[in-house]
Amino acid sequence: MKIVLTVNGETVRADIEPRVHLADFLREHLSLTGTHLGCEHGVCGACTVRLDGALVRACLVLAVQADGCSVETIEGLSDSGEIADLQKAFHDRNALQCGYCTPGMLIAAQDLLLHDQDPSRAAIREHLSGNYCRCTGYHAIVDAVAATAAERNRGRPG
Amino acid sequence: MKAPAFDYIRAATVAEACAALAAEGPDARLIAGGQSLLPAMNLRLASPRMLIDIGRIAGLGRIAVDGDMLRIGALARHDAILRDATVAHHVPLLTEALRHVAHPAIRTRGTIGGNLAHADPASELPACMLALQAVIEAVSPRGTRRIAADAFFAGLFQTALEPDEMLTAVEIPLPAGPFFFQEIARRAGDYAIVGLAASATRFAYFSVADRPAMRAPFAALDFDPPNDLQATGAMRLHLAGVLRDNALTALGIRA
Repeated sequence: MKIVLTVNGETVRADIEPRVHLADFLREHLSLTGTHLGCEHGVCGACTVRLDGALVRACLVLAVQADGCSVETIEGLSDSGEIADLQKAFHDRNALQCGYCTPGMLIAAQDLLLHDQDPSRAAIREHLSGNYCRCTGYHAIVDAVAATAAERNRGRPG
Repeated sequence: MKAPAFDYIRAATVAEACAALAAEGPDARLIAGGQSLLPAMNLRLASPRMLIDIGRIAGLGRIAVDGDMLRIGALARHDAILRDATVAHHVPLLTEALRHVAHPAIRTRGTIGGNLAHADPASELPACMLALQAVIEAVSPRGTRRIAADAFFAGLFQTALEPDEMLTAVEIPLPAGPFFFQEIARRAGDYAIVGLAASATRFAYFSVADRPAMRAPFAALDFDPPNDLQATGAMRLHLAGVLRDNALTALGIRA
């Protein structure tokens, strides 16, 4: 099936089988391998991307369902500088070891910070509850998100 | 794993979707948000030959008060209902319950129609429909049918929908009255070990049987809940009693 979509601001055309989910499409067809595949049934959050601005699991969206939509991946958010401060906070606080969950964590955390400028630690944990980390532990990740929120608030007028 | 191969068509209207369902037979499935169907397909627990995508049918996600009821279109996404001020004002039980439905990245895609048609016994929304005495609207080539929530959930992942019928909306009678909602899960967004969605007279338990179970406030909890990795049946039954007591206190109901 022929599809046309926007990925990180660029128009992409493809002819793909309906069974290909968006995560495989990004990885295998567009070589955007920052979107990771963990469980492939919506539990682990490693494949989290933005679809028309909304946080989604790329393993639970068919590429054909994304036809006509705008997709933003960790490569897009990284290259634009939108999450540079969040990435630095993750780095500073050792909020990653193997890094497998990190792209999904960053996108989910940025989604929270866009909707809630001053989230409590409980709110951060709840928002990231669908993203598994199996090596670092969540404490440093929550620290990094909280520190980024505080830093952004310092930069805001009033 | 990956889903097995299937064909895919996009329906532009409800009539088109119903006609495709009728023409394709039992191997065809409707897909909206896909947040239950696609995991099942990736795990190869489901392998439909044809997916009929209803996700782009215009106007089917509308949320509005219509006379003495709140009408929610089948394609309304969990996140949209959760953020909807009309819903929060008229049926706060739904708003509260939706906070517990999966994770943010699932709620942006999952739809109320898909959730109800999936009929997962551990899911929050079917129980809410029972507590609220909702009516489920279904369309087929034979016309439109309204099914009381009490008669809709027929068993484990089973509903009263005919093979060529499509769930198009739910209607919740207003005023919805006082409510109680609580569920016990090990982690935010996990499947409930047990849960209770209640109005003043209707207590709907979930994760206790093969379908949501409605009981009067003081009725015996005559469930035989399943044992699984999360909890034993006996623990579920005990916790159902705890939630009932919490609800009776919160709602100020005395024997």
